Amino acid sequence: MTLRFDVIWKEAPQFAVGLGNTIWLCAVSMILSLMLAALLLVPLTSRRRNLRRMAQAVVDAGRCIPFLLLTYIVYFGLPATGVVLNKWSAALATLVLYNTAYMAEILRAGWASLPPGQTEAARAFGYHGLLLTRRIILPQLVIAVGPVIGNQLIQLIKDSAFLSIITLPELTFAANAVQSYYFIPFESFLVATLLYWALCGGIEALVRRGERWASRMRRAYA
Amino acid sequence: MLKLATLGDLLHGAGITISVSALAISAGIPLGLALAAGRTGRNPLIRGICATYSSFVRAVPVVTFVMLIYFGLPALGIGFDPFPAAVLALTLNTAAFNGEIWRAAIVDFPHGQLEAARAFGMTRRVAFWRIVFPQIWRASLPALVNEMTLLIKVSPAVAIIGVVDLTRKARQISAVTYEPLPTFLSAAVIYGLVLLMLVAGARWLEKRLAVRPGFA
Repeated sequence: MTLRFDVIWKEAPQFAVGLGNTIWLCAVSMILSLMLAALLLVPLTSRRRNLRRMAQAVVDAGRCIPFLLLTYIVYFGLPATGVVLNKWSAALATLVLYNTAYMAEILRAGWASLPPGQTEAARAFGYHGLLLTRRIILPQLVIAVGPVIGNQLIQLIKDSAFLSIITLPELTFAANAVQSYYFIPFESFLVATLLYWALCGGIEALVRRGERWASRMRRAYA
Repeated sequence: MLKLATLGDLLHGAGITISVSALAISAGIPLGLALAAGRTGRNPLIRGICATYSSFVRAVPVVTFVMLIYFGLPALGIGFDPFPAAVLALTLNTAAFNGEIWRAAIVDFPHGQLEAARAFGMTRRVAFWRIVFPQIWRASLPALVNEMTLLIKVSPAVAIIGVVDLTRKARQISAVTYEPLPTFLSAAVIYGLVLLMLVAGARWLEKRLAVRPGFA
């Protein structure tokens, strides 16, 4: 038996396109769901208990659905209600919908963990509204949830592999296409998994660097 | 509306989801402990192997990992049927995450207790099983249960090699009945109930442990 990594090398462009699609899909959905989750934060931290509970129930239910099942609901289920999406928009919609539930929970938990004294002190100094959010709350929130968002991005990248089942040409789909054409399953999937490893390792390294930067800043201003 | 027979089919799929997950969990938790032991042990080679394994497996999507095992390994002469391949892939995956949980608990373990146990003449092995383990499994329980729920949620990955779990069953039914939404939503409710029962069971156990610390 000989392993044929030369074929993989020849098909490198296909892997590169797959990896590129995985990266941009996950990056765009992460940004979109961050914005949606920030909006969800309004009912999630509302003083009206019923509204808060309802929003929390929706977020909790969203976090119970497996990614593949949600993909099926969006891609095969929604057309029954008249919403027909092609595989790209279905993939993006699924990623955003799925990730928003997790991001909302992450932001809510980060929000709840902020020391209330800081906000009170800022109010005493006359901060309020947007300025209070921008100068006092947001910087603390970003430092608190930054690493968690990094982990969630890794989770999202891993879940996005399910999209190969609706034939979206991301990395796992590319690996499957190459392996079925040349019949080199081991080499093909091994290379795909190594690429995922490198990608997620890169994100982890960035998160660590960010954490170091944050603690340096904290020391500088403390 | 969803027919009763359809619901029965879905529940059959749920049975497959639960059995694949339960097998992977029950093999993955002790395997994770072994990994953690390797990573906190004295042998640098074993430490390195365990750390590399853990880092690799945790970064790879379960779908891709399932395909690597089911389609890839036969090229090296190691072949499996779909069901054992599914259980193996999920086990190897969850073991890596459980290993991190066990390791965190071992690293956090107060060193003084271990030294005291050694001072009383316990061997490393006896000290581990009589002193360390009874405490770390209690400390790790919430995190381990959390990992169990995550495993159940990625278990639809086994559908790609033809294991008819709850998600794949729902897809098959919807392709026949042309009623995708009720079928998928029922499947979602079943997943929700399974996860809810798991979490409720864990809460009950945690409460019991808090009341009777000696219970093991």
